[in-house]
Amino acid sequence: MGTNVGTAAAARRRPILAFSARLRARAAAILGALLLAIVVFWLVENAVHDIRQFALVSLNGVTNGSIYALVAIGYTLVYGILELINFAHGDVFSWGAMITYSVGISWLGAAGHSGLALFGILAAALLCAAVFCATLNMAVERVAYRRLRNAPRLAPLITAIGMSFVLSNAIAAVYGFNYVSTEPLLPRGALFTIGGQAYGWDKLIVLLITVPTLAGLVVVVKRTRWGKAMRATAQNRDAARLMGIDVDRAISFAFGLGGALAGIGGFVYLVYFTQGRFDLGFRIGLFAFTAAVLGGIGNILGAALGGYLIGFIENYNSGLTWHAPGPSWTESLVFILLILILVFRPHGLLGETLSTRS
Amino acid sequence: VNVVRLPSASPALRTRLSRLLIALVFCALAVYPWLYGKYLTTILTQWLPDTSTAFVILAFTVMGLGLNFVVGYAGLLDLGYVAFFAAGAYVAGWLASEQFANAGSVSFGGTVLPGTPGIHLSPWLVILVAAVFSAILGVLIGVPTLRLRGDYLAIVTLGFGEIIPQFVRNGDNLGGFNLTNGSFGLNGIDGMGFGNRVHHAIHTLPANFLNELDSRWYYWTALALVVVTILCSILLRDSRLGRAWIAIREDEDAAAAMGVPLMRTKTLSYAIGAFFGGAAGALITLQAGATSPDAFSLQVSIFVLCMVILGGIGNVWGVTLGGILLAYVNYKGLFAAGNTFNSTFGTNVDVPEYSYLIYGVAIVLFMLVRPEGLIPSARRRAELVDEPEEENVAAEGAPA
Repeated sequence: MGTNVGTAAAARRRPILAFSARLRARAAAILGALLLAIVVFWLVENAVHDIRQFALVSLNGVTNGSIYALVAIGYTLVYGILELINFAHGDVFSWGAMITYSVGISWLGAAGHSGLALFGILAAALLCAAVFCATLNMAVERVAYRRLRNAPRLAPLITAIGMSFVLSNAIAAVYGFNYVSTEPLLPRGALFTIGGQAYGWDKLIVLLITVPTLAGLVVVVKRTRWGKAMRATAQNRDAARLMGIDVDRAISFAFGLGGALAGIGGFVYLVYFTQGRFDLGFRIGLFAFTAAVLGGIGNILGAALGGYLIGFIENYNSGLTWHAPGPSWTESLVFILLILILVFRPHGLLGETLSTRS
Repeated sequence: VNVVRLPSASPALRTRLSRLLIALVFCALAVYPWLYGKYLTTILTQWLPDTSTAFVILAFTVMGLGLNFVVGYAGLLDLGYVAFFAAGAYVAGWLASEQFANAGSVSFGGTVLPGTPGIHLSPWLVILVAAVFSAILGVLIGVPTLRLRGDYLAIVTLGFGEIIPQFVRNGDNLGGFNLTNGSFGLNGIDGMGFGNRVHHAIHTLPANFLNELDSRWYYWTALALVVVTILCSILLRDSRLGRAWIAIREDEDAAAAMGVPLMRTKTLSYAIGAFFGGAAGALITLQAGATSPDAFSLQVSIFVLCMVILGGIGNVWGVTLGGILLAYVNYKGLFAAGNTFNSTFGTNVDVPEYSYLIYGVAIVLFMLVRPEGLIPSARRRAELVDEPEEENVAAEGAPA
């Protein structure tokens, strides 16, 4: 079904919350404005209280947000084409972190190097993680989703949940159930300090990798033939096929692209947080999916924007000192946000009105 | 996909045979505690669950049957069913333990000695209250979210499934009030039982099941709950409401056009599913004597969902079989298989550790090979099997 709450039958026969659509929209708008005003007031108050802390927390938000953005794009690409929530995507991300660990730390021993050698090792690990995750994501699509493309909608969704369990527990089978961790890889020296707290290479590298990746992605999607084929497939699969586009390959390409970004995200995560575990992708995957929905699912820029917003929310909530709910409520806040968006603005911040294929 | 059929039997005979089979199975289940204690040899007890494990298996089967109202009948994918398990568990903890000792000693048919501090209601009442509370929670969650499309609903329910354990974990200091005891959870929860008064009147009915030799009374309670849930499933399925659910599952827009009130019907399926989830949660908690937020992970939701998928989405008997089978595998079969495997090959593999890997593979394989489950419902089979095949033919005919 669609978001057809406004159909006459549904509206007339709904005894609970039987508001007219217009009244509901207006109430939602007022409520949203009020909520936004409170949040802005809270942020300003916090900034006035301790501007240094605020700046530091904001920078942390950018760092975490970069990771969410990288993962969120994978969700949005796949959803844009198949209208499928690829639950396994978060676990592809976990694999990215683990492959980075295997290649960069276990095999090439990044922790013992510095300078150009360290750069080379990290570049090799990044490449391996991206290629591995792209291949993995394409394989997941080929094995688990392709046969179900014309099945009822819930079938591929349930399969995706199954794949998520397979991928995360496969990590547990290979790496064990405990954290793998490494000492910090990058030079510890601060690039600059805010209120005695350092902003170092570990945070800068996140941006140094994320920003060019996102720029490259936009070029690939907007300028190349592959990107064009993918967008055409997302718009109308049958018409794209009639125009001579190999739809299967375009879908594979979307999965590969999303997987590569998840791999890069996993690399960034491991370098920044220096640890990883089999269930890493669950929380980050959910946050990233929330980011994709927040920005308007199917919209790449929206997913990036949503990722950064979630990063800010997480860090403002756990890092600010004046009346913040604290880190033990972060997940609840993010999910409540997700629910509010889905209920009141399902097309997200930047998204178009969603199609209503049922 | 081949569907197993009984060969050359008329539909009436087949119905009669399957009814006989079901009656026999339930008779066997009812006498299982005696059989297990007396006649089963050691080789079988290695593979068969004892009564307390069998209790847990049946209690989880109730959850599977409850989720079937939501996923099977109304076609709404709920990935946060554990929320209702949690609600039932905590209501049981609140109404039958010393959590609210400050409230003085409130007892109403409780199974503890008179004068024990805290609230102690009759466990039967506790289960009912827990179920109703869960149903109300289901309505509260359902009203804002059930108008969402299927996959969005899945993610929102998943969100609720995460929020509620976090709320429980942080609920030891809600404005200074300790509601949930935080991550320690609730302990010292009363056992099931008929209470002292009933016990004095009829001596065969124990005052507290925990005083009995084994968990057979718990087992029978769970079995009774399974039977009640199955009866409710069948009666509701064949009612006007059940037909409305199936209509919504098949085609929401068409159902709305035919005058099915979408929101009310969906909310009812959600509430009824929550009702049985809460009852099962309360029952499990009353037997375990404790509950904590760690018990409410997404994995429980997925586990229960697997029962529904494995058994046959929308088919009561399929889900019952799927529930018993999967819960058996989880609580006994994997251990037994692991032990046998290790003793045969001299290895030391912790097979249950990989249970969720196995479930993941099972979900994927089932959706790919036999999406209609072990015992499919006829309508669901038609929907899942025929339609894709036709479309595949069309797709292959098109130029690649």
